[in-house]
Amino acid sequence: MTGTLTENILAKASGKSKVIPGENIWVNVDILLTHDVCGPGTIGVFKKEFGTDAKVWNKEKVVIIPDHYIFTKDGKAHRNIETLTEFAKKQGLPYYYQPGTDNYKGVCHVALPAEGHVRPGEIIFGTDSHTCTHGALGAFSTGIGNTDAGFVMGTGKLLIKVPETIRFIFDGKKPNYITGKDMILRAIGDIGVAGATYCAMEFSGEAISALSIEERMTICNMAIEAGGKNGIIAADEKTLEYVKTRTSKPFEVIEGNPDAPAKATYNYICEELEPCVAMPHLPDKYATATSQREVKLTRAYIGSCTGGKIEDFIMAASILNGRKVSINTFIVPATTDVSAALLTETIDGKPLVQIFAEAGCEDIPLPSCAACLGGPRDTFGRANQREIVISTTNRNFVGRMGSKEAEIYLASPLTAAASAITGNITDPREFM
Amino acid sequence: MENNNIIKGKVYILGDNIDTDQIIPAEYLNLVPTIPEEYDKLGSYAMAGLPLDAEQFIAEGEAKTEYQIMIAGANFGCGSSREHAPIALSAAGVKAIIAESYARIFFRNSVSTGEVYPLESTESLNKVLKTGDEIEIDMDKEELTNLADNKTYSLKPIGDVAPVIAAGGIFAYARKQGMIK
Repeated sequence: MTGTLTENILAKASGKSKVIPGENIWVNVDILLTHDVCGPGTIGVFKKEFGTDAKVWNKEKVVIIPDHYIFTKDGKAHRNIETLTEFAKKQGLPYYYQPGTDNYKGVCHVALPAEGHVRPGEIIFGTDSHTCTHGALGAFSTGIGNTDAGFVMGTGKLLIKVPETIRFIFDGKKPNYITGKDMILRAIGDIGVAGATYCAMEFSGEAISALSIEERMTICNMAIEAGGKNGIIAADEKTLEYVKTRTSKPFEVIEGNPDAPAKATYNYICEELEPCVAMPHLPDKYATATSQREVKLTRAYIGSCTGGKIEDFIMAASILNGRKVSINTFIVPATTDVSAALLTETIDGKPLVQIFAEAGCEDIPLPSCAACLGGPRDTFGRANQREIVISTTNRNFVGRMGSKEAEIYLASPLTAAASAITGNITDPREFM
Repeated sequence: MENNNIIKGKVYILGDNIDTDQIIPAEYLNLVPTIPEEYDKLGSYAMAGLPLDAEQFIAEGEAKTEYQIMIAGANFGCGSSREHAPIALSAAGVKAIIAESYARIFFRNSVSTGEVYPLESTESLNKVLKTGDEIEIDMDKEELTNLADNKTYSLKPIGDVAPVIAAGGIFAYARKQGMIK
């Protein structure tokens, strides 16, 4: 096939031999993902348009993972979860990860691939902008609103515009102090928060091949922070191993043509990258961690789909091991699997939970999105007043973590952990 | 007879990169837009996330805004996929937005729901107009007029989403196309 990776996946999903950027096409959908803040509205649209007794187009393909407002006293949040529970029961949905049961998982973008719902070459839509995460496994995956999701729920199809592709090639050998987060923050800093609007961001190069699946997810997760429609990384042996241990469903790996025309290409040499942050209040406000050494912090937050996976905590613990934090430090596992792994993963024979406890971090809560997006006022870790936060999350808009007076610096788990120790923004090399 | 392709109203001026957390902060996402009272409630919180020094968008004690048109810079609606954003604006009484450019999902949600018209300006109107100015948008002529001085400014053509906007959203469009019943 002659197109880019994204174009070739979209061509197959629309039954065409070739698609052209800018063209509007109907695609067949493989997975529709929704959660507790957009699921009830999506169900509302679905019932209004298709009828209260209508059936979803394919119950194997609708995945509901509540994760946003789970551990709150907010009555409407509970009502919304009940709406999902009733719907899943009535429709007989096999993939509903219900809060309060053993099926509960936590953050949808970490659970979706971990539970085997992401396969290379497929089309995934989700009612969450960070659905672009799943391009890390060689799928086309993007965020949509409730109305489009309601449409997909009833028809299994959606009309979309074929995006142009922007290539980001990371070559060289990645130093151990550079993470996926540093790579994507640098790319967003270079092109700006609207630099990839309506475009596919395709990541490749020897440093991308060397990354784990989780680190690739961190990179694709933040494509939306540059306005990207999707982030994507071609499937390789690592992808196949990850996917095949999680699902037996068949899939077809689709390749891109490396010579297919792209809108632009950015080249990076990983040895030249630096640990960095995005300063308040936009993800493109790139600065090296070293240049921000004077910034005095009040808290550190390590969690979310971008920074709450087990590898993120292994990175943080490698810095915090045997050291003490000097500011309030929140450790928020993304999923129940991550929570369990905090007990079993060890450094120097010590489980991560012990490392975090001895370092003086706050008690670890049950997994959810928590304060990544503020949420109800009783949300764990929410900035309810002026706080200066270093955070492994993906957005630092005004008011994003609660108070409009709070300031959020986005960073890698290494940089967040190093900063938690000193209380100032700190390059992790000081502790490596 | 009222011409649906003419929108007249007061404008509210905004800058670049107005994100969805400013349009509708996450603490109000527990409201479900398809429940009528919660739809209205969302409207009362529209633009509640603006920085503390911003001009009031909805007057104290009111449920709706006096500004029917938003004038913004680049990348309006960046961030979340929350459809609550165009819905909150529409529920607050906003009819149209005129920005220099949009973030993809916000634009798409505006078109798919048919809640607000996401129009694009050909220049930085947020530097020409001021909050409270009355303007008239003529969708057919793709232009707007500042009623204070009768100056006219052109809009960009709506482009390939025009049929979806004209139909009133993705469901109406798909029915017209015979895709769904």
